[in-house]
Amino acid sequence: MKRVVILLVLVAFTWAGAPVKNGYDIGETAADFKLKNVDGKMVSLADFKDAQGYIVIFDCNTCPYSKAYNDRIVALNDKYAAKGFPVIAINPNDPSKSGGDSFDEMAKLAKRKNYTFPYLVDETQSVATAFGATNTPHVFVLDKALKVQYIGAIDDNARNENAVSKRYVEDAVNALLSGRAVPITKVKAIGCGIKWKNA
Amino acid sequence: MHLGEYLSSNLHANSPLNLARFALHAMRIKTNLFVIFALLLSAACANAQKAEAVTLQQFQKRLSEKDGKVLIVNFWATWCAPCIHELPLFEKLNKENGDVEVLLVSMDYDLDPDPTKVERFIDRKKLESKVLFLTADNPNAWIDKIEKRWSGALPATLVINPKTDKRQFVQGEVGEGQLEKLIEAVK
Repeated sequence: MKRVVILLVLVAFTWAGAPVKNGYDIGETAADFKLKNVDGKMVSLADFKDAQGYIVIFDCNTCPYSKAYNDRIVALNDKYAAKGFPVIAINPNDPSKSGGDSFDEMAKLAKRKNYTFPYLVDETQSVATAFGATNTPHVFVLDKALKVQYIGAIDDNARNENAVSKRYVEDAVNALLSGRAVPITKVKAIGCGIKWKNA
Repeated sequence: MHLGEYLSSNLHANSPLNLARFALHAMRIKTNLFVIFALLLSAACANAQKAEAVTLQQFQKRLSEKDGKVLIVNFWATWCAPCIHELPLFEKLNKENGDVEVLLVSMDYDLDPDPTKVERFIDRKKLESKVLFLTADNPNAWIDKIEKRWSGALPATLVINPKTDKRQFVQGEVGEGQLEKLIEAVK
């Protein structure tokens, strides 16, 4: 009986102590997804046959941080898509909470900003949940095998692009392109919380 | 003298001088009005607080003062819609519960180091809870020092009991009654 009690207590302890699964960590393999692009076509990571990896960015229309980084995200794709690291932007915001993030508004932004990369809608928020995205913009750099190699901010200065001293995403992708380990794998930043649907 | 004569003599004979006098008089009235307006404005704003600019170290010290009340620390920004939506809950708590200290910590500095927008927001919303304006660059260097569970997304709320060292943390908007539960949980 005593043993059973001890066992039960132990089980209860492990149960309570088990970490809540909160998205991918560095080194974990991301699951591919299929989401609708602003042109109406469905897009998966597997569609990019020549990709050496992916720059997955959870982003939106409305967040001032997203606005501050719009042109920098376009520049990232311009620089790295040809080298095999395309940008895949995903908007997870619930448009009923953030009207400016509707599918129509997404299409307009992609056109206005000349997005040369997919801007996908994560309507059920399941991809953002699987990745553990919390902010916009929130970057996940994946290697060819979809292993997560970097999580976090694009660089270290949201306010002023000219004052950036660390380009975290570029450093991560450059490292992967030359077969080195990513120097800094996680970077936090102030940003807009994702507008989740009511539970 | 008839009125017509008076007018014509003034308008013709002395008009440049009179015009100058009139202009001076008008200017005085204008200046007086301006002074009165400024006085009224400052009186109206006398009760409105200014955001207190704090460095990271000053802020951390504030969070670690051992003899203080339970701290309700809300991280917000003027651009953050869900933050503005939940603000009344913090204002209500500040007004009704004298046993806790509410700190509204503006994160606006990261995008705009000028506190003017925050000051205007305080005036417009007539905020009574203490507002801090955190002036700290490179958030990656300090977000974990404040709270490891925080991704940096706004809003976020930290409840600290300095006497028991117990903490509660919420990332995202809080709901009605949630702050009271968090306070209970750190007792």
